[in-house]
This record gives sequence, C-alpha cells and structure tokens, in this order.
Amino acid sequence: MSRALAELRHYPSALAGLGIIVLLVLMSIYAVLAIPYREAIRLWRGGETLWLDTPRNALPIWMTLFRPDLPRTIVVGSRGALRQEEDLGGGVRQVTLTLAFDYPYSQVPDELGLFLETEAVQRLPHAVLFWRPPDGSEIQLNEFTVDPHEVYRISADARLQRDLGGPPEAVLFTDAQNPSRVLRGRHQLIIKAFLFEKTSDMRARLVVYGKAHGLAGTDHLRRDLMIPLLWGAPIAMAFGLLAAVGSTLSTLIIAAVGVWYGRWVDGGIQRITEVNLILPGLPILILIGTLYSRSIWVILGVVILLGIFGAGIKTYRALFLQVKEAPYIEAARAYGAGSLRAVFTYMIPRAVPVLIPQFVTLIPTFVFLEASLAVLGLGDPVLPTWGKVIEDAYSKGALFSGHYYWVLEPAALLMLSGLGFTMLGFALDRIFNPRLREI
Amino acid sequence: MAEALPLITRKSRAAPSTLLRVVAYSATRLGALFLTVVVGIYLTILIANMGGYVDVIKRAEIREQVGISVSFDPVMQRLPPEERQKRIAELVALEEQNLGLDRPFLARTVVYLRDAIQLRLGFAERMTSDTGSRLVRNVILDRLPPTLLLFVSAQILLFFASVFFALALSRRYGSFLDQAVIALAPTSAPPAWFYGIFLILIFAALLRILPFGGMVQAPPPESAVRYALSVLRHMILPMLALFMTTIFLAIYSWRTFFLIFSSEDYVEVAKAKGLTSRAIERRYILRPTLPTIITSFALTLIGAWTGAIILETVFNWPGLGRALFQAIGLYDTPVIVGSTIIYAYLLAVTVFVLDIVYALIDPRVKVGQEGRG
Repeated sequence: MSRALAELRHYPSALAGLGIIVLLVLMSIYAVLAIPYREAIRLWRGGETLWLDTPRNALPIWMTLFRPDLPRTIVVGSRGALRQEEDLGGGVRQVTLTLAFDYPYSQVPDELGLFLETEAVQRLPHAVLFWRPPDGSEIQLNEFTVDPHEVYRISADARLQRDLGGPPEAVLFTDAQNPSRVLRGRHQLIIKAFLFEKTSDMRARLVVYGKAHGLAGTDHLRRDLMIPLLWGAPIAMAFGLLAAVGSTLSTLIIAAVGVWYGRWVDGGIQRITEVNLILPGLPILILIGTLYSRSIWVILGVVILLGIFGAGIKTYRALFLQVKEAPYIEAARAYGAGSLRAVFTYMIPRAVPVLIPQFVTLIPTFVFLEASLAVLGLGDPVLPTWGKVIEDAYSKGALFSGHYYWVLEPAALLMLSGLGFTMLGFALDRIFNPRLREI
Repeated sequence: MAEALPLITRKSRAAPSTLLRVVAYSATRLGALFLTVVVGIYLTILIANMGGYVDVIKRAEIREQVGISVSFDPVMQRLPPEERQKRIAELVALEEQNLGLDRPFLARTVVYLRDAIQLRLGFAERMTSDTGSRLVRNVILDRLPPTLLLFVSAQILLFFASVFFALALSRRYGSFLDQAVIALAPTSAPPAWFYGIFLILIFAALLRILPFGGMVQAPPPESAVRYALSVLRHMILPMLALFMTTIFLAIYSWRTFFLIFSSEDYVEVAKAKGLTSRAIERRYILRPTLPTIITSFALTLIGAWTGAIILETVFNWPGLGRALFQAIGLYDTPVIVGSTIIYAYLLAVTVFVLDIVYALIDPRVKVGQEGRG
C-alpha cells in the first residue's frame, strides 16, 4: 500500500489529480467553516430582500483585469450626506437630502435603485426627486408618497423612461448632445421630502449598480454566485464519495458472498445483476424525484440501491472465482475458518487493488449524476449546488444573452473535480494492475 | 463432450448445427431477456405505484374511454343529463372492477404489469403527440425516431472510429500520439451534455456557425435533400458532444486491451511465421477480443441511452429524452412512468441485438461450448 503511494510520484497526472482533489477538499472545508450550513441556505433561499445592494447578472470582479472600465457598484447613504431642514409652517418640514458620489467609469451603470426608510404615524411623507449630472443640468425624476420601506427602482420606472426617451441609467449618465460620452464626475441625487409630522424622519440609500460584483459574479436573483460555487464543493464531494463507497463496497461483498456459496446464491445474484442492467437508472431517479422526494439524501439512497447490483459484480466475480481456488483459502478451510471469516478476511482484501482505482474513477460519475439531475430541475430544493447554478443559467438563457461566466464557473469546477479523480484513478489502475504497467 | 462424438456425425452435422446453435442461443437469450424486462418493468411499476400514481393513471384512462364510448352511443345521447352521468359512473365503476382496481395492491400491480408489457400506458395529462394523440404510447413512440437517428449513428461511428484508432495506436505504442491519448483519457469523466454546453458556447454563441439546437431549421425546408442536410447540420454538435465524452477513453482502453493480446504466444508464433501485420491484427488480435469489445460497447450504449435525456434537453433535440424532460416540467406522470418503461424496453433490445452479434462472433457459441451462467 505505502509502496503504491510512493509510486504515485512517478505519475505526473496522478500528482496533478491529487493536487486538484486536495484543493477541492480545502475549498469544501473553507466553505463549511466560512459560511455555516444554515447561513448558506438562508443566503441562497432567502429571497431578493437579502440581495438589495448587489447587481443583477454581474460579471465576476476579476473581469475588471481585462475590462478595466467595468463599473462597480456605488452605494450612497444619507447618513453622511448633506441634509438641509426648513420649517414651512403648519407642522410641515422640508428636508433636502443630497446624495452625491463620484462616477469614474466610462460605461453607464447597470441599474439605479433608491431605498427610502421613513417613520410616520399617520401621514406618510412626500418626496420629489431630482438628478444633477456633472454637466450642471437638473432633471426631475419623480414624486411620490413614501411608504415606510419604499423601494424606487429608477431604472424600472416606465414613465420616466418615456419622458427621458431612453433607459434612465443611460440618459442620466451620458451627454445629451453626444450619447456615447459617459458623464464622469460628481453626480447628485436630490431628495426634497415634505414631512408632515414632528417625529417623522427619512433615510435614503442610493445604489448605482455596477456590472461586476464579487469573485464569482451574481445571478438573475442578484445572489452572489460565490455561495453555490463554494458550497457546491462539499456537497459534490460528499455525494460522490458516499455513493461510490456505498455502491462499490456492497457490490464487492455481494460478489464475494455469491462466489463463496456458489450454486443458487451465485445464480440468483447473476440474474438480479442482469435485471439491474436493463433497469433505466436515470429515468427511475427522475420518477422518484418527481413523484416522491428531491432530497439529495433520498436520491443518494436510490443511487446506491441501483448501484449495488451494478456491472462491477461481473468483474469482481471473475476475480473471486480465481481467488476461491487459491491454496491459502483451502488452508483456511482446513483449519476450520467459517464462511464469514473466509469471505471478509481472505477474499475481499484480495480485491482491494482492483477496487481502489475503480472506486476513485467512480466518484466523478456520481458528482456528474447529481449535476445532471439538477440540470433536469430535480436538484435538491434547498441546497446550493453547481448543478443548480447551471440549471438556473440554462433556463434563463445565459448562453444566448452572453452571461458565459454563469455557466462556465460551475462547469469549470465540475470539470476540475471530474479530471482530478479520474487522473488519479487511472494512475492507480496502472500501479495496482501490473499488467497495464508494462505497457 | 464434443471429443466423445464420432468424427463422422460431427462432420455431417457441422453446417446446420452452427445456424441452429446461434438460433437456439438467441432464442434462450430472448426468453431470458424477456423475463428480465418483465421483472424490470414490474419494479418500475412498483416504484411508481407506491404513492398510488399508476392507480390514478388507470382511473383517468377508464374515464376517458367510457366518455368516448358514451359520446358515440345514440341511446346514451338521448338520456337526460343526470341519468347519463349516473350511467357513466356505473360504467366507470364496472370497468374499474373489470380491471381489478378494487383488488389489493399486489394483485393490481400484476394487472398493470400486463398492460405495461403490451405498451398500454394510459393517457397523457398534458402532452400530446405530433399527430395530436393523447395516448402515452403515441406521445413517446413519436419521439423515438429522432433519438434513434442521433444515438445509433453516433454510437456506430464511435465504435468503428475507436476500434480503428486503437488498432493503429497499438501498432506504435509509446509514440507521441499514444501518450496524448493516454493523457486525454480522463476527459471522459464528464457526460455528453456537459461538453454540449461548451460546444454550444463556442460554435453557436461565439462563432455563430452552427445552430444552438433543434433538429431542423425553422421553417423546415421543402425538398427532401435540403431537409436531410439541415438535420445533418443540427446533428453535428450533439454527435461531437457524444464523441468527446467517449472517444479517448474507448481508444485508450481498447488499445491497452489489444496490446495485452498482442503479447500472447500465438501472436508471436504468427509473427514468426511471417504473416503480414494486417493478417495478424485481423485473425489473432481482433478476432479473440471482439466478444469483449462488443460487451463493453453494449455497456456504453446503455449508458448513452439514459444520458440522452439531458443531451437532448441541452440541444433541444425532439427525442425521447426531451419528451421525458418536458413531462417532468409539466408533471405529466403517465408520460414519466411510460418513458421509464420504454427505456427498459430500449435497453433490453440493445442487449438483445448485441447478444446476437455476440453469438455470431463468439466461436464458443458456434461450437456449442457456451458457459451457462
């Protein structure tokens, strides 16, 4: 065993595979420690209120290395902003909030959003909004009665869009004479609020959404893709590993038992294997996913059940038939070793060299199976996984609309884990099976 | 036992017995496979009916049929509506009793098994076939030809390409090409749909030279030749995806296999006799390894059938897999259960066809020494 491990050093592909696996394991540990399970679920399934400040379908931040002009998100709060108060008499106060920010980018932002928090007992405040671009002009945006938690999506205001003659974020950030020139410099949003009560107050937050966010970008629900990409690693590893352990170990034991007892036990096992071979695995998983449960653990259980009588039984059977005739088994019988002892301590260990490479190469099969189910829309309903990201991206037409990062990031991680395990598995196969090594 | 026979009887029987043995072998295999299919379908039905879903399908089917027969019955048409509803309810109850829907779970599943084997799969809830039929059988069987077209042609091409490549590589192993194939073998870990996404990204989204998906362009061309060309153009990317996911591993494993066999003593003898390398390959390497190659080909084909579900979805290919995907989206249980059964049949047919090929190739079957079990 240790000799085999030492020999791994001579296979560069094995070392690369091992490196990838170590990386994925480290990533899994980091994910579980940095974002606890509950927190990850909350962030992934919590809805859009958790992700107010992140842009929709933003590129990963490292894309700014190639495209330095990609705008980043700018958030301006009313806390440090210029605030003027004027008593208009009759209990009415006018509060003017000036939210100012410097816009250094040569592309218009992705979107504009304004979040207003007000406190009022009976009469809600009224607000009038003006935009002052760096060129000194002033544009009135809208006026409305402000709800306690008002969300005014400036970009989605259809009337404003009609009045301005274009998408607000484009018109407000470009030169009126030359629409291709982006107005860099100090932009100001002026909120004139009329407060009708003494205790009334208003806070504002302007979000100028950029086109790049986080290490992985965001999806259509503004969620940071870092969460599913990080959390996908432990889930994929756990699913792949458990499914591979469950199916290979049970297959091995059943093959050994069948060969040991022979006759009808062996025959029965062979027949069950043949039935299992024509059982359509993926359609059955789909059946179970649609009709009963999509929980990853139920699916895992079914995957293992379907894998018990897999094609591996035939390979192991051929091997065990030889082992059974070996002199040391005869010796064991002669000194009176029981069947259980013979199967578990003398036969099964002989299959380990065949088992280990197969086991390692099986893991990515299950990782991809989980992703496949997710792509079909049958992924776990709560867990953030790589497959779910691909499904979201695919169903939202990411490839048509050019959001390539959305598909490529989870795909790259899947590909890495696939390559890592198979490269290691193939090298192990050559080490453990000397017949392959000579060639 | 063959040695015990007198020489003359062996000779006189030789010609017909080969055919007979192949037929007998095929017949026993067919019988065994049919039993396997029955068990497989029974398991599928058991799984589906654990939540009573097949019961629901059957009840809907009965109501549909009673409704149709009533609407064509002039006597029933003349009855007042309440009376007619009562008659329909009675008929439905009678039919349900006939089918055994009131019997216990296990007895019911046996009835369903009989129906499923005859492909009486009930009515789809939301999907229809291209001809507008709502019979699940038609919905599914309409979609079968595109799937067969794509997968059978891809698999046959793959088979020949990889065997020939593998033979060529085994002739000069250790060469750069050989090393490259070994290094590329792990690329077979991802399934075909995974490569499909990349291919769409490159050839459809970025380069815009091949279609994103579908089977023919819209609107379909009038002339048959142009129609076929359009289908071929749409087949390139899915076939390429299928190739990428299997080709290197197949070449690698078969090359290794051929190499092991080419170090056998009888190959050395053949070389010493001065036979050409082509003759050695054909008679002494390819011939004894073919049964194993066929078996592994069968396994990949089986894998490909079920993998088709997602590949077809990714490429919008109007086949069986996409029908199943649509059924999931529409929650059309009869179609989902029906597709699973059709897949079981498809896998069995695959195994059977390859079994016959196996029987034709494997000398042990011809000579009558096949190991039972």
